[in-house]
Amino acid sequence: MNIPIKRSVGLAIAGIAAVGIIYACAGQRTATTNLVTGDAASKVYVAPGSYDEFYAFMSGGYSGQVSVYGLPSGRLLKLIPVFSQFAEDAYGYDAETKPLLETTYGFVPWDDSHHPELSMTDGVPDGRWLFINANNTPRIARIDLTRFETDEIIQIPNSAGGHASPFTTPDTKYVVSATRFSVPIPNTDVAIDTYKKNFKGTLSFITADQPGKMDIAFQILMPGYNYDLGHAGKGPSDGWFFFTSYNSEQANAKLEENASQNDKDYIAAVNYKRAEECIAQGVAKPQAAEYVHNYFDPSSRTAKSEKKTSVKVINPTDCAGVVYYLPTPKSPHGVDVDPTGEYIVAGGKLATVIPVHSFTKLQKAIADKAFDKTVDGIPVLKYDAVMAGEVQKPGLGPLHTEFDGKGYAYTSMFISSEVVKWKLGTWEVVDRIPTYYSIGHLMIPGGDSKKPWGKYLVAMNKITKDRYLPTGPEMAQSAQLIDISGDKMKLLLDFPTIGEPHYAQAIPASVIKDKQVKFHKLAESTNPWVTKAEADGGITRTGKKVDIKMIAIRSHFAPDNFEGVQVGDTVNFHVTNIEQDWDILHGFAVLGANTSELILQPGETRTLTWIPKGPGIYPFYCTDFCSALHQEMQGYIRVSPAGSATKLMANVSKKTQAQLAEANKEK
Amino acid sequence: MSRLPRVLLALASGLLLLALPLPLWRVNLVAPQYPEGLGMVIDAHTVRGATENDLGNINKLNHYIGMKAIDPAAIPELRVMPWVIVGLAVFAAGVALAGKRTPTLVWLASFAALGAVGMWDFWKWEYTYGHDLDLAHAIIKVPGMTYQPPLIGSKQLLNFTATSWPASGTFVLALAFVLGVCALVVTRPTRRVTAGEPARATRAARMVAA
Repeated sequence: MNIPIKRSVGLAIAGIAAVGIIYACAGQRTATTNLVTGDAASKVYVAPGSYDEFYAFMSGGYSGQVSVYGLPSGRLLKLIPVFSQFAEDAYGYDAETKPLLETTYGFVPWDDSHHPELSMTDGVPDGRWLFINANNTPRIARIDLTRFETDEIIQIPNSAGGHASPFTTPDTKYVVSATRFSVPIPNTDVAIDTYKKNFKGTLSFITADQPGKMDIAFQILMPGYNYDLGHAGKGPSDGWFFFTSYNSEQANAKLEENASQNDKDYIAAVNYKRAEECIAQGVAKPQAAEYVHNYFDPSSRTAKSEKKTSVKVINPTDCAGVVYYLPTPKSPHGVDVDPTGEYIVAGGKLATVIPVHSFTKLQKAIADKAFDKTVDGIPVLKYDAVMAGEVQKPGLGPLHTEFDGKGYAYTSMFISSEVVKWKLGTWEVVDRIPTYYSIGHLMIPGGDSKKPWGKYLVAMNKITKDRYLPTGPEMAQSAQLIDISGDKMKLLLDFPTIGEPHYAQAIPASVIKDKQVKFHKLAESTNPWVTKAEADGGITRTGKKVDIKMIAIRSHFAPDNFEGVQVGDTVNFHVTNIEQDWDILHGFAVLGANTSELILQPGETRTLTWIPKGPGIYPFYCTDFCSALHQEMQGYIRVSPAGSATKLMANVSKKTQAQLAEANKEK
Repeated sequence: MSRLPRVLLALASGLLLLALPLPLWRVNLVAPQYPEGLGMVIDAHTVRGATENDLGNINKLNHYIGMKAIDPAAIPELRVMPWVIVGLAVFAAGVALAGKRTPTLVWLASFAALGAVGMWDFWKWEYTYGHDLDLAHAIIKVPGMTYQPPLIGSKQLLNFTATSWPASGTFVLALAFVLGVCALVVTRPTRRVTAGEPARATRAARMVAA
């Protein structure tokens, strides 16, 4: 049969529609009737062997990771482990990557990742790196997009909850982090009800444009509110950063009610160029604060953790003009700057309007000193003096806004569960589309940058209910792809997502797809335990520590038999995948190990640490189906009782055997 | 000998030297799991992978069928071949200077003979690698199967399609040979010019020049 693709897709749609009608008639699904119109299927169909147009990077929320999807197909391409251990590839389990999850609280195996941000050049995503924040134990990670791997994590001191993070300046000089939970700074043992007196917030600026050198440039000490989200200015507002805050009531209990009293909270407008001036003038005081900086060196493929002890803190009372407050209704959540850099849109989650501030008016209000009052040295500008307009009756629960670069803004409405499209400048609502259900963030590729690629919009929803086949009480989260290329928004696709995506970013595939590393050059490896050739493996003992160096190649390990290990030893298997070809991975696991397997990329060395519990023979094997003889890729290690006379042995080359015999003789 | 054949022979000599650093032959291997392919390039002086690790990866795969590792150091002809080409170039230059028909013929004959020997030798190495298998240690043994890639064209070897084709260097060498043949054609055998004949000779020369 030779049915043209278009026709068969059409038939499929007709079939789906028919099934939908049957369901609707049967009264099984009432919430969602005929949603998809026209040729949605062909718009999201990416033929086998073809590529998606965009990479989308979605935060993993409480999975702590980043998931990478292709758009418009909604196909999952990869999970990038960032803040949570990932047994699938040993991230956070093996000696090489464990230091990445070190903090001043010790090893933290999990976090809550919220907001991915692509690095930018001149306000446009450039595809070098992706940053993402840890919300619970405040940290920021940098992911390298030539390898899709976490390379660097910095902890944020003087912060208890890193939600407004890691939004990026147009030149990626800084990424930011603001405290969601105010606490005493430095953190001390005080009565909780002394909140108003003792609790403070901080806005941190972290240098981000050099791999391996992320550091806290400075922090601004702020009144003890909850700082929620942020975005950098651009164009005329370049040099400024905007952060929303709520709980200006400074409640310390039952915030649901007590922090929803004031008509308006604030957007903090930070002039970070002014902050740099104050630092140059020596205004910022170095303050003792412990935090760690973890870096995964790409040449040794090994992470190191270093502790830092001091941070520069600016008090706004000592640096006039560094921060202004813009009154904003009501408990604002998102703050988003339009592509021209003129409009600052707030998502007042309890507000009945979407307020938009004007950067031009903000500058004039500052010049005119149009202040209502001053809070802890921070002037509060008059709302009417900075407001550009309000979008009337947008819906309920506005949260976040993205832009299409054609003069329109799209705001997510959590409570009324919809996306609302409105026009910048006239503030009129021009279209709305329902989402399923309760949308949180929304994302347009480049939609928070100077140059959005305004073709698609992804809605990331908080509630899934009946969107997919049910899978018990807990289900995947739900995302929706919406076509925004025309006047009317059109729903194209539902797809399930990992963890709970908050924000996401996307970039045309062409920007990064040809920069991908295919293997690590073995000759250039600086890993201290690398084994570069089959004959170079072996076994050595240092007290109760046994180090095994071995290689993996299709389809064997070398050496693959070891003896002389005793109960009470700690055995480190340093396995090097000496393949030099794309996508030829090997794995390594040993019976009874209290840790994850290893997955070895071509040319890399990783270490599995094993403490054998009793005498016997333990097999190990390759866990990644690498080749036709994968099932033969195995070996044995013999464990003898403590104090046994069994000699150290590895079935290696004659030369290495001679060296081993010599070492055994000396004992 | 007139000027034209000398120029042609001098050009042929230059082309021979030009071919020296160019790849002579290319063998491509494509399989379901190698859509991007693996490639092997034969230069006058060595055998190498088309990309950095191709030869190593081909050898890794070949160990399954018991094929010896392809090692340029184990092929002595690769150390002779550049000198053969240089020799032919010097010879061509000499013939151009001499400007005689017989030396041109001798040069062409040696070029053809050496070319034929080279091709035979290449085929012989392919035969040796494809047949001389270490069956005691081979992992994949298919009864009756050998793995000789074709000299020219395509052939299925288990999951790989091997395609072998001359590369730029060989085309340059062939062009040098063709120029030599042209030089021979335009060089009339030396004989006494008799009355009535000059017109024909001049016409022939004019035709070639055109």
